[in-house]
Amino acid sequence: MADLRFDTLALHAGAAPDPATGARVTPIHLSTSFVFESADHAAALFNMERAGHVYSRLSNPTTAVFEERVAALEGGIGAIATASGQAALHLAIATLAGAGSHIVSSGALYGGSHNLLHYTLARFGIETTFVKPGDIDAWRAAIRPNTKLLFGETLGNPGLDVLDIPTIAAVAHDAGLPLLVDATLTTPYLMRPFDHGADLVYHSATKFLSGHGTVVGGVLVDSGAFDWDAAHARHGLFPELCEPYAGFHDMVFTEESTVGAFLLRARREGLRDFGACMSPHTAWLILQGIETLGLRMQRHVLNAQKVAEFLAGQAMVLRVGYPGLPAHRDHALALRLLPRGCGSVFSFDLKGTRAQGRAFIEALKIFSHLANVGDCRSLVIHPASTTHSRMDDAALLRAGIGQGTIRLSIGLEDADDLIDDLKRALKVAAKLDNAA
Amino acid sequence: MKLQLDGQTAYAYTGGKPFDPALPCVVFIHGALNDHSVWTLLARSLAHHGHAVLAVDLPGHGRSSGLPLADVEAMAAWIWALLDAAGVDRAALVGHSMGSLIALEAAGQQPVRAMNLVMVATAYPMKVSDALLTTAREQPLAAIDLVNGFSHSTWAAKPSFPGPGAWLQGGGRALMRRMQARQTAVNLFAHDFGVCDAYAGGMAAAARVTCPASLILGTRDQMTSPKQTAGLIGALQAQQVLLPAGHALMQEAPDETLAALRQALAVQLR
Repeated sequence: MADLRFDTLALHAGAAPDPATGARVTPIHLSTSFVFESADHAAALFNMERAGHVYSRLSNPTTAVFEERVAALEGGIGAIATASGQAALHLAIATLAGAGSHIVSSGALYGGSHNLLHYTLARFGIETTFVKPGDIDAWRAAIRPNTKLLFGETLGNPGLDVLDIPTIAAVAHDAGLPLLVDATLTTPYLMRPFDHGADLVYHSATKFLSGHGTVVGGVLVDSGAFDWDAAHARHGLFPELCEPYAGFHDMVFTEESTVGAFLLRARREGLRDFGACMSPHTAWLILQGIETLGLRMQRHVLNAQKVAEFLAGQAMVLRVGYPGLPAHRDHALALRLLPRGCGSVFSFDLKGTRAQGRAFIEALKIFSHLANVGDCRSLVIHPASTTHSRMDDAALLRAGIGQGTIRLSIGLEDADDLIDDLKRALKVAAKLDNAA
Repeated sequence: MKLQLDGQTAYAYTGGKPFDPALPCVVFIHGALNDHSVWTLLARSLAHHGHAVLAVDLPGHGRSSGLPLADVEAMAAWIWALLDAAGVDRAALVGHSMGSLIALEAAGQQPVRAMNLVMVATAYPMKVSDALLTTAREQPLAAIDLVNGFSHSTWAAKPSFPGPGAWLQGGGRALMRRMQARQTAVNLFAHDFGVCDAYAGGMAAAARVTCPASLILGTRDQMTSPKQTAGLIGALQAQQVLLPAGHALMQEAPDETLAALRQALAVQLR
């Protein structure tokens, strides 16, 4: 059977008509647990002699369809659904790192990811060095003997620095380390990070994969390309995958699965013990979103490009941070890595006072003022006072965020209506300046 | 488990249990551009239910060092050398695809030592098209994609392998790419498929086999069609089990393949 193309995989990968009922659409298996055929069958499932479902924290038939579909779309070997994107990031890190470990990360991150790395994981003995995503020498220089992975976002939130995945992956691989990428803002429709050398990818599936602002979820995907054994033989940094694990039958995960060791450990330890699993109902809703992912992303990027071009021509706007515009510092890189478009979440800097910024946001009628991105509806937020409020001025500056920065998530409405809404709000903000 | 053979490391997965040569031994032999990990569910099951298991990485594949051996005959002789080193006299031989030819040849080379022969997803002769061999030589990654596509018959095999959430097509491709990348001395894809294509000793080996033989075949197999097994079944007086799956039988139908394997291994000497 030849490889299927994106839109076909988005509808069919991992799913077939239900053999018990003939149901065409994947059923929602709202069951915590699954009956064993016999005592031997139960023991075989627990001992990984047979594959199957035991308990929905570990796996579930509906959730498995979602996992296999995302893995297929990303070009990976498998995936693990999680309670949120943050849970996926935590699962990836906790599978490889522990107290005494170190991470090298892009400084241009979603505020929640920055919180986890900078504050919370530090409390558990995992230290992170943040670097400018475009400073390749800084990535290389930050690697220490205890570094376990490199991490960045395909499009750095909210400044949209384009991660030079081929180059940073080469830096990681030269050091025998994997590159983990948050691909939430691009989705596999715009870019498959594995094609460029990334080893692990995760998404906040809450965003474009779901696409309708209905559920919170995450998913972690493995390319199966990183040779953990070879890396461990070189520097001994991955005993979690390459040496017996007393917590699960003394299993050596790289012996058990040459290419799937990471996901085995992540599921058999991370999901089992941390427990941040996805509800099958959530998985089903995200599957509905994924069915139209290709169609939606086409419209998202078309609208975003139009709105970005409009804003770039406005007197009240100092800067538009969209790599689809020639003025963006990563425009050339975007053309190479993101030929289908640069997503639909971007920020711009408004001239004037903080009060004018507030007036602008409050004057918008179509854009919803809330803390999310990737909805089919257009959204707006002020990062410095909300999503990134825990960062100090220096960290904000490194992330490309100013006090006048406003982040938009462009939805699927008519682009002209969105532009009219923005025009109106810009006028309100400008009038405030005149009044003062 | 690692053994030393002719100055090279020979690796065999023992199913999560220490290897005990006193137990009835089952040897699993993988196919072209694969390694032991295609067998892990089956191997674990047998290892935890009274068998000594050796799921080998053939020379030049996965964790076994050295160059890949020249032909099916040499690989079969290597299997017996491995068993000698492991202290095993007699063993059941289970092979998938190229590995099934090696199992057949091994059973023919030392019929007294072969307790059982199980050929999974097999055909004889196992001819490879000139076009694929050319692609394998010139564009091995493209050839991997091609073969991986032909090896799978569905995009929704449940419960998936090695467990829920695994995308089989992705896993198959990644494993072949890994094998190809690890073997830096030769083009392993071109070598293995050339070995399958060149093997001409199948009927002669079958004539020497004295142990019970079984073929486990996928009805949707596009790589080794069940239609190409009639001569082999006749020569071996083999039983045949047909499963609704493609070439990647152990991945697409792990439970059914395990049941068929247990049934095959239960057949006593004629």
